[in-house]
Amino acid sequence: MAASTDTGVDLRTRLQTWLPKLVLAPSLAIMLVFVYGFIAFTIYLSFTDSRMLPSFGWVGWDNYDRLFRIREWNTAISNLAVFATLYIGISTLIGLSLAILLDQKIRGEGVLRPIFLYPMALSFIVTGTAWKWFLDPAIGLENTMHLWGWESFTFNWIKDREMAIYTVVIAAVWQSSGFVMAMFLAGLRGIDNEILKAAQIDGASNWNLYRRIILPQLRPAFLSAFVILSHLAIKSYDLVIALTGGGPGNATALPATFMYSYTFTRNQMGIGAASAVIMLMTIAAIMVPYLYAELKEKK
Amino acid sequence: MAVASADTAIRTSRITRAFIYLFLLLFALFYLLPFGIMLVNSLKPLSEITGGNMIALPQEWTIAPWLSAWSTAQIGVEPTGLRPYFINSLVMAVPAVVLSTVVGALNGYVLTKWQFRGSTIIFGLLLFSCFIPFQIVLIPMARILGLLDIAGTTPGLILVHFVYGIGFTTLYFRNYYAAFPTELVRAAQIDGAGFFQIFWRIMLPSSGPIIAVSFIWQFTNIWNDFLFGASFASGGSAPMTVALNNLVNSSTGVREYNVHFAGAIMAAAPTLLVYIVAGRYFVRGLMAGSVKG
Repeated sequence: MAASTDTGVDLRTRLQTWLPKLVLAPSLAIMLVFVYGFIAFTIYLSFTDSRMLPSFGWVGWDNYDRLFRIREWNTAISNLAVFATLYIGISTLIGLSLAILLDQKIRGEGVLRPIFLYPMALSFIVTGTAWKWFLDPAIGLENTMHLWGWESFTFNWIKDREMAIYTVVIAAVWQSSGFVMAMFLAGLRGIDNEILKAAQIDGASNWNLYRRIILPQLRPAFLSAFVILSHLAIKSYDLVIALTGGGPGNATALPATFMYSYTFTRNQMGIGAASAVIMLMTIAAIMVPYLYAELKEKK
Repeated sequence: MAVASADTAIRTSRITRAFIYLFLLLFALFYLLPFGIMLVNSLKPLSEITGGNMIALPQEWTIAPWLSAWSTAQIGVEPTGLRPYFINSLVMAVPAVVLSTVVGALNGYVLTKWQFRGSTIIFGLLLFSCFIPFQIVLIPMARILGLLDIAGTTPGLILVHFVYGIGFTTLYFRNYYAAFPTELVRAAQIDGAGFFQIFWRIMLPSSGPIIAVSFIWQFTNIWNDFLFGASFASGGSAPMTVALNNLVNSSTGVREYNVHFAGAIMAAAPTLLVYIVAGRYFVRGLMAGSVKG
């Protein structure tokens, strides 16, 4: 051994300085292969003529060109825009409202909070199954209203090409809004009451208290909620599969369902890879600035 | 659960308070209704569902749909019920949860107490992996699992969930250990304690809350995963979510809604149980880690 001149103590000290790096090394290696290597591979595939299996004939930007001329992809993109906007907006609104109301020294908060929160423990497949039948005109809400004597009641959005995407929004909001509530509640509980009392003594109304003092202090919670919800929205896959199967037709297709069907059932791997790259870029555009700011701040 | 908040300064009138309670109760109904309806209808004979009112209680209570969903319902081509798939999910989730938690704890320890040049960048690389859309790794992952000869098997899924869980577990432990007094670690070092000794004797004994968070988060995510299960597990090795989807969305024969509902509740039961037993630790621990004061 080259280090045989060192004493045992020195060897031990040197091992101690290397140990932390050795412990971290496997995780780093795994990330470099399974995350960054895989991303590079998928990006590469998106420039090739891969069909059922990866193949390495270079076709340049062809797949991207074709992707944006496929009608289903454009449906998926505009569905995502509608879905993400409503999902983020409504979940934030409901989450914030529930948090503010729960923060008014409510009796029974300990019972209500778990009820608002439990959907987040469920699989989207379970949520989709529950809502699928609840919204089904034949056995669900519409049928119940008819049996109760409201004959003219119709609610068949889930069968309607124009409206089906909104049923996905309803189910997704049901699943996530309680979680958003928990984030805002934690933020509200962190606000210093002395400031509020001082403002009240100065004659501020409740409305102004919230608008001028409380909401601005919830900025970090707003940001976390936006980041988490937008990334969930872009990744949404299971819920659509279980709720509508992407239908009627492909009226509720999202980029995630598009990617899966083009890659694995239609054997258009090059186009599937291109769509995955677009999804990654969209998420990166939101996440990278956020993570960068977080890491810089914490240093 | 005791509420830690100090008195809220906001004062409200009686009428306002009545509206607040009304609003909160309406939302409680909104959250309870879909799942409650599933539960009620899973205990009805099929004829009462197709010919009756979804919201009414059963006229004839029956557990037949539950028995059928568990052991005889047609999943794909086999009339096995959901039982084997439930076991698949357990066999998949438990090792993946434990492995990713152990690795996350060690990573968090290094990243907070043994920082070195470049460790922040490594953390950034790990952190970004939490947020990638998994569609970007599906194709190469399928190839690698094939090369390793574990495509379509439960060990394959354990590997996948372990790999993509490391980012989250590292994040949790790092944020938790960042608040742990570094002086204690330095003092132990001066007393001659080594890297693993410090971890074992000093860090781990106070890691209970964050281990709970990591377990709950990982178990919920892995149990509820559908995308990886649908992509990498075929036939008999499919996890519970995939089997449930096959049961509910198979187009052959009569739609046995009551059996579907019973199956959906079975798929939800383990995570709901974890949430009911330990959910409050999760929210508390998560908030301590992710929302800055």
